[in-house]
Amino acid sequence: MAAIDRPVAKPRPVYLNLFAIRMPLPAVVSILHRASGALLFAIGIPLALCAVQNALVSQEAWAQMRVNLDAPFPKLVVIVLAWAFIHHLLAGIRHLLMDAHVGVELGGARRSAALTLVLSVVITIAIAVRLW
Amino acid sequence: MTPHRIVVGAHYGWRDWLAQRVTAVVMAVYTVLLLGLLLWFGGLDYAAWKSVFGNDAFRIATFVFMVALLWHAWVGVRNILMDYVKPAYVRLTLQVLVIGVLVGYAGWTIQVLWGGK
Repeated sequence: MAAIDRPVAKPRPVYLNLFAIRMPLPAVVSILHRASGALLFAIGIPLALCAVQNALVSQEAWAQMRVNLDAPFPKLVVIVLAWAFIHHLLAGIRHLLMDAHVGVELGGARRSAALTLVLSVVITIAIAVRLW
Repeated sequence: MTPHRIVVGAHYGWRDWLAQRVTAVVMAVYTVLLLGLLLWFGGLDYAAWKSVFGNDAFRIATFVFMVALLWHAWVGVRNILMDYVKPAYVRLTLQVLVIGVLVGYAGWTIQVLWGGK
């Protein structure tokens, strides 16, 4: 169909109902990659800097930080950030492999997406168990 | 060349795309180094921590990691802002704030690494 025959001007922008869409696994990995990145930027970097700084002050400050971290909420924060870091890292490695044309076909992309999701959760659980 | 370039756009090039990947590799290498040190010291206590951060090579490696991280964060956060924040003046304001924060983090990093006596 030539461009000139095309029906004119569909109403745009088109708003999709995101909740009616079943996202394929690679899409889930992708949006979590973004969400985890945002989380690491907003909370991860300042907390990490704070922690490294405090931990270097003195033996007492180090001990104090261990005490502070030994409570449910701080542990939860550490675990969420650990998940964000691991997911972001694994999804990033997946991206780099795809840049190198590894696993770009549909089946491979789905398997690596599933692997990314499972592996990041498994590693996070292992960390959580050690922490608790 | 497209005639409609947005002032808060992506500069329409591969430079940021490439920077995102290169900085990612730098951070991955540092992560492996850190895990290796952790295994080497067989856990983490104050003495090990202090001696690791007392090493000049490690400080410089950490600084390189942080520069990569801040650069990487800039590319990512800007992508997010470009996707979700449409009005140019709001986006520009947020982008300037993010740059300010990231540069501040760089200063903070220097303070943490070399500020001690």
